[in-house]
Amino acid sequence: MSRFLVRWGVFLAVVACWQILTTLADHPYFPTPLEILDAARQMWLSGTAATLFLSPDAVDALVPSVGRLVGGWLLAVLVGVLVGTALGLSRRFLEYTGPVFAFFRSLPLPALVPVFVLLCRLGTQMVLAVILFGAVWAVLLNTVDGVRTVDRVQMETARAFRVPATRRLLGIVLPAALPKIFAGLRVSLSQSVTLMVVAELFAANGGLGGELRDAQDQFDFAQMWAAVAMIGVLGYTLNTLLLAVERHALGWHPAAGGRRPPARAGGHLVDHA
Amino acid sequence: MSTMLELARLSHVYGGDHAAIAELSFTVDTGELACIVGPSGCGKSTLLRAIAGLLAPTNGSVFLHGRPVRGVPDDLAVVFQDYSRSLFPWLTVQSNVEFPLRGRVGRTERQDRARFALAQVGLAGAAHKHPQQLSGGMQQRVALARALAYRPSLLLLDEPFASVDAQTRFELEDLLLRVHAEQGTTMLLVTHDIDESVYLGDRVLVLSGSPARVLADLTVDLPRTRDQITTRESEPFVELRSEVARLLRGTPIPVAF
Repeated sequence: MSRFLVRWGVFLAVVACWQILTTLADHPYFPTPLEILDAARQMWLSGTAATLFLSPDAVDALVPSVGRLVGGWLLAVLVGVLVGTALGLSRRFLEYTGPVFAFFRSLPLPALVPVFVLLCRLGTQMVLAVILFGAVWAVLLNTVDGVRTVDRVQMETARAFRVPATRRLLGIVLPAALPKIFAGLRVSLSQSVTLMVVAELFAANGGLGGELRDAQDQFDFAQMWAAVAMIGVLGYTLNTLLLAVERHALGWHPAAGGRRPPARAGGHLVDHA
Repeated sequence: MSTMLELARLSHVYGGDHAAIAELSFTVDTGELACIVGPSGCGKSTLLRAIAGLLAPTNGSVFLHGRPVRGVPDDLAVVFQDYSRSLFPWLTVQSNVEFPLRGRVGRTERQDRARFALAQVGLAGAAHKHPQQLSGGMQQRVALARALAYRPSLLLLDEPFASVDAQTRFELEDLLLRVHAEQGTTMLLVTHDIDESVYLGDRVLVLSGSPARVLADLTVDLPRTRDQITTRESEPFVELRSEVARLLRGTPIPVAF
């Protein structure tokens, strides 16, 4: 509990410093945090009680962004885990396809956006395609890695007890691969946030990226910063949720979950790496 | 006594030229606890894997209940040396023991069998722990309980106590003898420890170095009830262990290439 207070105390102190510095500087490009907060309130929380105080703007910006982000990421997870498992089980296939995957993984993800702008219709479909294609590799390659590290003795034990193949897959291969899969999920989630913003900046109606772009066009720095901060909050919230799921799912695993040593408790700050 | 297991001129050659076992023939009777002892790396594990149907031998056959073994037989269980790699760390002890029974017997029976087997190995209180929370000896007890709950006609043990400390090893040996007396399961135990083979076995099969051949098939003429101290100092025990040691020393040490 005290660690929690210290961590958030440091966070508030940094924001307070920022407030003081921007007040002293009084520069139009750098509005104070309070001004940004006010802009955020006007943009997203000026609605009535009937809409939970959310403004129509909030519905236009947040709902599509969160929907595209989560939808695209889940698609990437589904494809990545399914294909990764299949590839991980087949030794030869990976040998031949390894360089292909290594190449796609090394592509700078935002470079894909212009390609998809031309390939897909602008809007949600394009954003989903960008996220799927960009975020799938981290999941896929980590799944392959996880599936291939399943212990030979564990598999032989299962064979000796005549455990059927489907149960070997669901009951042994996937749980054994799960720590690696979760590592892939964390990386792909932060990639998805980046890709969602870049894709929306480029060409999408609504969404946080769209708002960011519009604020920039109108030189409205407070709104621009508000959109940036909101993207940060969104990424942080989703990552925290994912870590909670991981802790629950990997409670047995010494490097994660409940028995994680306290020294690593703040690990989510560096898990984007 | 009826024959549980029969090996007929079983041979296995790896990669075309490395012969691991050569023309092994022996039988194991129902209810017997037979020990196979041989130098390290002599092909004992290959033999066990061939009996378990995990490996198709290049020549010869294995018969279980008089039927040739093709693939993994239905009523056979294996306890591997490496308990930490054989148990599933994401499952509780209870679920580990139940795992092979899923889809075979109903839920209630599965739970009952697992509880009974865990009680047999003295781990009734650890059912809801995870394997990695237990000591090595306790983990091997879980692996043994898992094999027992499966109720196999033949239990294969591949150097089951080679990775635990001496004190724990004695405890586990006595536990195995007690379970064998209670359950009457036919057991085939592979070890490189001469004393262990004599202490546990009704019979000791001495294997030569690579490729493994049967050097001797010795009946252990000791009372069925054994004791870590008095049995080990008794004359028949000392004589038999010396005989096994002489047999093993007479075989050339396998050269590693």
